[in-house]
Amino acid sequence: MNAFWALLIRDMRIALRAGGGALIGAVFFLIVVVTVPFAVGPDLKLLGRIGPAVLWLGALLASLLALDRLFAADHEDGSLDILMTGELPLELTILAKAVAHWLTTGVPLLFVAPLLGLMLDIDPAAMGPLLAALSVGTPALTFIGLVGAALSVSLRRGGLLLAVIVLPLTIPILVFGVSASDLASAARAGFGPAFTILCALSLASLVLGPFAAAAALRHGLD
Amino acid sequence: MRLTAHDLACLRGGRQVFAGVSFALAGGDIMLVTGPNGAGKSSLLRIVAGLLRPASGRLLLEGGTKDASIAEQAHYVGHQDALKPTLSVAENLAFWTTFLGGGGEVMSALAVFDLAPLARLPAAYLSAGQRRRLSLARLAAIKRPIWLLDEPMSALDQASQARLVELMRRHRDRGGLAIVAAHGPIGLAPAHELRLGPT
Repeated sequence: MNAFWALLIRDMRIALRAGGGALIGAVFFLIVVVTVPFAVGPDLKLLGRIGPAVLWLGALLASLLALDRLFAADHEDGSLDILMTGELPLELTILAKAVAHWLTTGVPLLFVAPLLGLMLDIDPAAMGPLLAALSVGTPALTFIGLVGAALSVSLRRGGLLLAVIVLPLTIPILVFGVSASDLASAARAGFGPAFTILCALSLASLVLGPFAAAAALRHGLD
Repeated sequence: MRLTAHDLACLRGGRQVFAGVSFALAGGDIMLVTGPNGAGKSSLLRIVAGLLRPASGRLLLEGGTKDASIAEQAHYVGHQDALKPTLSVAENLAFWTTFLGGGGEVMSALAVFDLAPLARLPAAYLSAGQRRRLSLARLAAIKRPIWLLDEPMSALDQASQARLVELMRRHRDRGGLAIVAAHGPIGLAPAHELRLGPT
């Protein structure tokens, strides 16, 4: 297990140092969410209603942004070759990279989200469910994106392919994430069902993602 | 330990790079792989390292650690140095030492290639030769019985070449195996020589 922690810590260190991907995601999230009120206009009621959806869209796009570098960077500098000669099973190697990616791009979003929620005039009572849904949903975004990142690693310009492969798969996360975060729809159906389905989707991607990504990497041996 | 290859063939992009490559290496053997550009020297090393699938043929390792694949017992040093520019020299090597699980001493491995004074420098500031030396320091830090070196001498100055030759000699004397792809002499008399491509 030492190898697992070593890889996790290495990836987090790289992401947090200058030029790393951690800040890019958070800043992108900030930009998306901050520009929406300017585009929509100063209608607080409208902003409050679309607020959770805007936060979710921002989180989705921000996590996609850093994903295409997840394996590509290691592929380009030859690290991926050495990672594959390690004794750690490839699935766990990938899990370590994914966890590091979520800790450096997903978790910062959770800290910024309450502040941005104020900016979008989201009902303070809705912030709790929204944060719960985001903290369950963002790992799912990472682990689904993982598969696309592995598929596109040996292709040039994999970034476009990544978006095309990954975005349709993230739609369920978006649908149930937003309906768990939104007070109006939660009042109709209750917070429980949507949040439970979101948890199920997240757990499924947590289990399937590393295996699918490992299969994709092995198949792409080249 | 004994590494045998039987009738290996390699296809890249539908084109046959080589076919019918066989060799048998015992512990303490060094094999030199030569051939013109594009003859498949790197591809052969990648096949042995498990990073490329052979189009046909078999690789077999007798002896060595049980339940471990050839790749898990091999050091592969390719053209790329597998270094992260934002990590320091010592951090780069320390990561590989922990990840590959040799448990070796990082500072003394750095000293083998005279990199100890640069330990705290980010790898981004290294020259091509220094990057190569840091990549080769993996060989000293982590004990693995099979070495797969792809043109290890490139970019090295004479002093570093001598250090590498000394390291390979010690590896050989300990009963290790090595397959070295190179264009010129490697400073040691190889037990076998494999020539790829048209002769």
